[in-house]
Amino acid sequence: MAVKTFLEAIREGLRQELARDPRVIIYGEDVGVRGGVFRVTDGLQAEFGADRVMDSPLAEAAIVGTAIGAAVNGLRPIPEIQFADFIFPAINQIVQEAARMRYRSNNDFEVPIVIRAPFGGGVRGGLYHSQSVEAFFAHVPGMCVVIPSTPYDAKGLLAAAVDQPDPVLFLEHKALYRSVRAEVPEERYVIPLGKADRKREGRDVTVIGYGLMVGFALSAAQTLAEEGISLEVIDLRSIRPFDREAILESARKTGKVMIVHEDNKTGGFGAEISAVIAEEALFYLDAPIVRLTGPDVPAMGFSPPLEHAFMVTAEKIAEAARELARF
Amino acid sequence: MPESGLTPELMKEMYYVMALSRALDDRLWVLNRQGRAPTVYSSNGHEATQVGSAFALRRGEDWIVPYYRDMALVLAWGMTAREVMLHFFAKAEDPNSGGRQMMAHWGSGRLHVLSTGAVVATQDAHAAGLALASKILKDGRVSVCYFGDGSTSQGEFHEALNFAAVHKLPVIFFNENNGYAISVPLSKQTVVQDISARAAAYGIPGIMVDGSDPVKVYEVTKAAADRARRGEGPTLIEAKTYRFVPHSSEDDDRAYRSREEVQEHKKHDPVITFAERLLKDKILTEADKKAMAAKIKQVVDDATTYADKAALPDPSTLGQYVYGGALA
Ligand SMILES: Cc1ncc(C[n+]2csc(CCOP(=O)(O)OP(=O)(O)O)c2C)c(N)n1
Repeated sequence: MAVKTFLEAIREGLRQELARDPRVIIYGEDVGVRGGVFRVTDGLQAEFGADRVMDSPLAEAAIVGTAIGAAVNGLRPIPEIQFADFIFPAINQIVQEAARMRYRSNNDFEVPIVIRAPFGGGVRGGLYHSQSVEAFFAHVPGMCVVIPSTPYDAKGLLAAAVDQPDPVLFLEHKALYRSVRAEVPEERYVIPLGKADRKREGRDVTVIGYGLMVGFALSAAQTLAEEGISLEVIDLRSIRPFDREAILESARKTGKVMIVHEDNKTGGFGAEISAVIAEEALFYLDAPIVRLTGPDVPAMGFSPPLEHAFMVTAEKIAEAARELARF
Repeated sequence: MPESGLTPELMKEMYYVMALSRALDDRLWVLNRQGRAPTVYSSNGHEATQVGSAFALRRGEDWIVPYYRDMALVLAWGMTAREVMLHFFAKAEDPNSGGRQMMAHWGSGRLHVLSTGAVVATQDAHAAGLALASKILKDGRVSVCYFGDGSTSQGEFHEALNFAAVHKLPVIFFNENNGYAISVPLSKQTVVQDISARAAAYGIPGIMVDGSDPVKVYEVTKAAADRARRGEGPTLIEAKTYRFVPHSSEDDDRAYRSREEVQEHKKHDPVITFAERLLKDKILTEADKKAMAAKIKQVVDDATTYADKAALPDPSTLGQYVYGGALA
């Protein structure tokens, strides 16, 4: 098994999808000749041709809108939105068109597209290259929202996303692209959507997260283990659908739950998780649910102290979890 | 046979669909005023535009992406009067949406009519996307989206034209310019006089046509489709037309246009003028016309009775078809 970065795992997944199914096409801004601004699609146009991996005009609504039509007429498009921050010109096409097509046509049409978008902060991206946009889309029935945290998951979830005959938003945290490496099988494998991964078993506190936060939670768990505090870490991997059973089982076991995300708190996905736990596992809880999230400010500041103050870090997770364990 | 392929038989058929659409439309208004259905969106006045263009395409094989104004278009494309009525009454058997969507939100996988929502201009990008697949899969299909003049103020109209032009896609952007977006006249949408002029900005042909003449509409659509199939890229067609009725059954057009203006346009009612022309050219006889009228009455009555009696959707189906595949 080869060791790959998060980015390489996604690229390998894309290459395999292009190779195994002639209906798969990739397009977006700079994805062709340049191979993407992060180089995720590097080499794919040379390998598969400019018809299958193509540069599109700089117009997000058209990128997603045409992907919808192309999907209906027999392709399996994987459009890229260059940065998640720029997905909003396309939000109408995603929410009102792609996600509603199956329902409004009474199952006559479906829209199998995977919209890839780099997201997240802590990369000196400032207001418009750092955003977490998942909550907007997780609200939408008919959408899938997938957020991998490891190279292995990224490849397996990408395959599941391509197999799913509905619109999938595949969010790739930019800070993970080159910072994590792991063994990734050569062959294609599928990690089903809606199945969480218990990354670490623990007794005292359950920490639930996704994307970049998972690694941070694991290092916090390491720190606290030395202090005799045992964290259970759950990686949701997809937030629509999300794994209610895994969350509830762990909440019932530890009785203390902390949810972490970089997205801001109000209306963030943590609110949904805590509501589910309150509805279905309230009497198992030994402490109020804690949400450790980005602050309720419009977006991430650029200057390092502003960015650091915004970001959820391993240290912040350890501190909040320590407090929760002592409750 | 004329070069365009428009035979007398086809012209007769065109007239039949135009007259059927008008009769069905008239019935919808009656049913609405009787309180039996909440909303009507009409193609009343646009029949020549819609039917003329449909007949120039490979009906049921090419793709159309209509908008709410396009009842005559979908009838020409193969939807039946019963299916239109089932949709109008929001019955379970409605093939467009199973009663989920408000009237005039067409869609049929069987007929290659892409399902439409209500947000104007979104369909322009869908048509470009359908055509992108046709180009890559080489399936020989042309995709055509239809839209009103007001909707060309939307960014997505411009994005779609540009995208299609850059990638030379086999798509036709078909504008039905009736001069109004609900109450707002074209002069308040744009200072450009003709929507077709906008094609210049994208380096594609912009063709203007008299939308009350189905033969002319047929010819320009045929030329644009041929061009698309030859791999030469998209065309913007603007058919100048007029709607004879309010925007919808919820609208009162007396607030924004005079009765004189409407009457003036009705002098060129395409359903009447086309019949006159076919009679004059001896393509249609008075007897044919009478027989058609009788048949149309019977078809509209049948559709009304059939749809009226059809079952409503079962509320237990509300949660169906949110996802497919592994998540169904
Ligand atoms: C994005 C959007 N904004 C507003 C509306 C409400 N609306 C429905 S039809 C319409 C007018 C459209 O006029 P036009 O495009 O000229 O088509 P016509 O109805 O005249 O055929 C408006 C404003 C809508 N459907 N979509």
